[in-house]
Amino acid sequence: MAERSGLNLLWLQSGGCGGCSLSMLCAEGPDLVTLFESAGINLLWHPSLSEASGWELIELLEKIISEEVSLDILCLEGSVVRGPNGSGLFHRLSGTGKPMREWIEKLARMARHVVAVGSCAAYGGITAAGNNPSEACGLQYEDQLPGGLLGSDFRDSSGLPVINIAGCPVHPNWVTETLVQMAFRELQAGDLDEWGRPRSYVDHLVHHGCTRNEYYEYKASAKKPSDLGCMMEHMGCLGTQAHADCNTRLWNGEGSCLRGGYACINCTAPGFEEPGHAFTQTPKIAGIPIGLPTDMPKAWFVALASLSKAATPTRLKENAVADHIRVPPTRRRLKKK
Amino acid sequence: MSRRIVGPFNRVEGDLEVELDIQQGRVDSARVSSSLYRGFEQILQGKEPRDALVYTPRICGICSVSQSVAAARALADAQGLSATPNGDLAMNLILANENMADHLTHFYLFFMPDFARQTYSNEAWFPLIAERFTAQRGSAIREMLPARAQFMHLMGLLAGKWPHSLAIQPGGTTRSVEMQERARIQAILYGFRQFLQTRLFGDSLEHIVALDSIQALEQWRADRAIDSSDFRLFLELADQLQLSRLGRASDRFMSYGAYILKGSPTFTQGVWDGGSQPLDTHAITEDISYSWMGHQKEPKHPFNGITIPDAEIEQAYSWCKAPRLNGRVMEVGALARQQLDGHPLIRELVIHSGGNVQNRVIARLLEIARVVMLMEAWVRAIKPKEPFCIQGAIPDETQGCGLVEAARGSLGHWLKIKRGRILNYQIVAPTTWNFSPRDNQNQPGALELALQGAQTREGETEPVSVQHIVRSFDPCMVCTVH
Repeated sequence: MAERSGLNLLWLQSGGCGGCSLSMLCAEGPDLVTLFESAGINLLWHPSLSEASGWELIELLEKIISEEVSLDILCLEGSVVRGPNGSGLFHRLSGTGKPMREWIEKLARMARHVVAVGSCAAYGGITAAGNNPSEACGLQYEDQLPGGLLGSDFRDSSGLPVINIAGCPVHPNWVTETLVQMAFRELQAGDLDEWGRPRSYVDHLVHHGCTRNEYYEYKASAKKPSDLGCMMEHMGCLGTQAHADCNTRLWNGEGSCLRGGYACINCTAPGFEEPGHAFTQTPKIAGIPIGLPTDMPKAWFVALASLSKAATPTRLKENAVADHIRVPPTRRRLKKK
Repeated sequence: MSRRIVGPFNRVEGDLEVELDIQQGRVDSARVSSSLYRGFEQILQGKEPRDALVYTPRICGICSVSQSVAAARALADAQGLSATPNGDLAMNLILANENMADHLTHFYLFFMPDFARQTYSNEAWFPLIAERFTAQRGSAIREMLPARAQFMHLMGLLAGKWPHSLAIQPGGTTRSVEMQERARIQAILYGFRQFLQTRLFGDSLEHIVALDSIQALEQWRADRAIDSSDFRLFLELADQLQLSRLGRASDRFMSYGAYILKGSPTFTQGVWDGGSQPLDTHAITEDISYSWMGHQKEPKHPFNGITIPDAEIEQAYSWCKAPRLNGRVMEVGALARQQLDGHPLIRELVIHSGGNVQNRVIARLLEIARVVMLMEAWVRAIKPKEPFCIQGAIPDETQGCGLVEAARGSLGHWLKIKRGRILNYQIVAPTTWNFSPRDNQNQPGALELALQGAQTREGETEPVSVQHIVRSFDPCMVCTVH
């Protein structure tokens, strides 16, 4: 049995959809409740899991602020809502009349660690799309700009900035593994990337482990939804640029966006909600996709792409634009010795 | 008369506040307030129409697929496209997967834990309920979470992930299914059926679906020990606490019809107002008399609806608009769907005691049994190697409407496109119907009506009866205002 650290965790939601919590309920091996228990995490309150409602919650929040209850980890899911006109009235915490923003700020100052769960809490996310009608921002970022609610200088008592477990939604294990590392006091500033995301999952690319890699290599591209080919050239897929381990970790058993037949929209990145073009259509200049794979020089990409296009096997060419395998790999006869 | 503000509610998916006027231990009137506004309808203006498939699922983490289906249908309607037969089947499976997982989440995580509260500690049934359903610690949660997660492997196979998939398209689904995957989905469904039959019902799904009268249900209950299943335990509670006398609303029900195959719904579309009537969606309007919304004098049909928030409106008390059908309040959800589909047990329960806490929960559980059996048939009907998705072209100027039944009721998207861009996008969600504020006729919304008359227990500041009534609707507050 691992050493129990007995960490108090409070989970709040604001300008978001609740999808990160719902995704976390899909945690498996073990389930979420067992997982918290294994790391000695004591849920002070969670919107979907706790019995306490109404005044019981408000009393708890007041006790945390007056230091009667210690708060080790504050998790916020959903963006910080500042509208209309900076008043915060678009989200008042029910039963208190006060803007949720004020509660979040007070509680964040009391917490030993602050965690933004999902891209909304981290950067504003989908809630900040369009003209950002609710004036949403993240805990320590507004889009790519440091700042947000708590300010770029914010550090918790252990010297960490807000930990941004970005994603729309998060994979349950991104959160649980980070929380368990925190419970065992293993998470250091160097474990976070320049946008405060745990490197454990953002030092990978969505491209890694993509089942369409062979199509990618030969530039055998999908042209419409349900085609099997690579979705980078026409369908808007950002898997070669997106930082996440979706295709090696997998979702809901054995899924991922790309395995589900649709483009990666880079949902772990700040600003993903406004790509500047239709999500499922690749923007191009002179027939060449604008967004090239991460770390790849453009001239090389163009040269390799034209070379590999010329060498595309018929099997990949045909299968790329079909919704099931039409041409199987050739079966080579073993030579008799 | 005393006035109480109750909130925040948890286990309702989002933020909710209820103001109660209480007289002699009874709720005299209630005002229901949705406390969060994000502005998806404003965000969608000017976007590429297909981008709605990215934005709208993210309105809600628990009805994400329902939002996808509504958006896909609105886009399909706008271009006169129909999904392929395989696309219909896969879409139904994905939607049913979400809806049934939601029903399960509602029963085990959101609704039942309120009966394990200390206020009931003197009741004879309390030890059984507390052992099984106490929030976080009850034995049921550790069985239900793995069963739900394994059931949702369907999402991994058919939709890539959940929530927030892009697999659902106007012309079908992006993920074709091969023979071996069809076989695995059947095995996943079998596993889920086992959980339902051993823990939730303690009986076969076929027997549950065949309960066709109150007498049959009573007999079923009498034949079984209280703790033989979670459904049986609920029936005990419902009887002891008279949950059939709690939370009655207007008894007017609406369903858009659920699980479409070849253009027609598997569960009937319609309106119930003392009898079954056809639904005319042209008669839907949204009123903003008591909403923090401006720039609209008369109630408007969603095609012409306007969403401009205004926190200064004097008499307003909610970010939620008030949808009405022919000016009337409708209740939506599993009870409405099963009532309109004519399930004999539900029809008899509604005649006997109307829409109430007990009947809403029974309808939801019954629907799990019915839909899982349907899912077994849909997966067998999939024809691998035949197309899952077709493509169309969206005209530069057009409009479309997409209707779907989410777990918690009727969801509609109304879309107008001009010069190839979204001109107007209006969303009316299930809990917008159920938890609406008053309208220009001063008619209370369904929950406001259902709360009237609720009794409070000795010494309560936040009546537990109110908790039961609110959650019996399985509200989704993030969808409500969006």
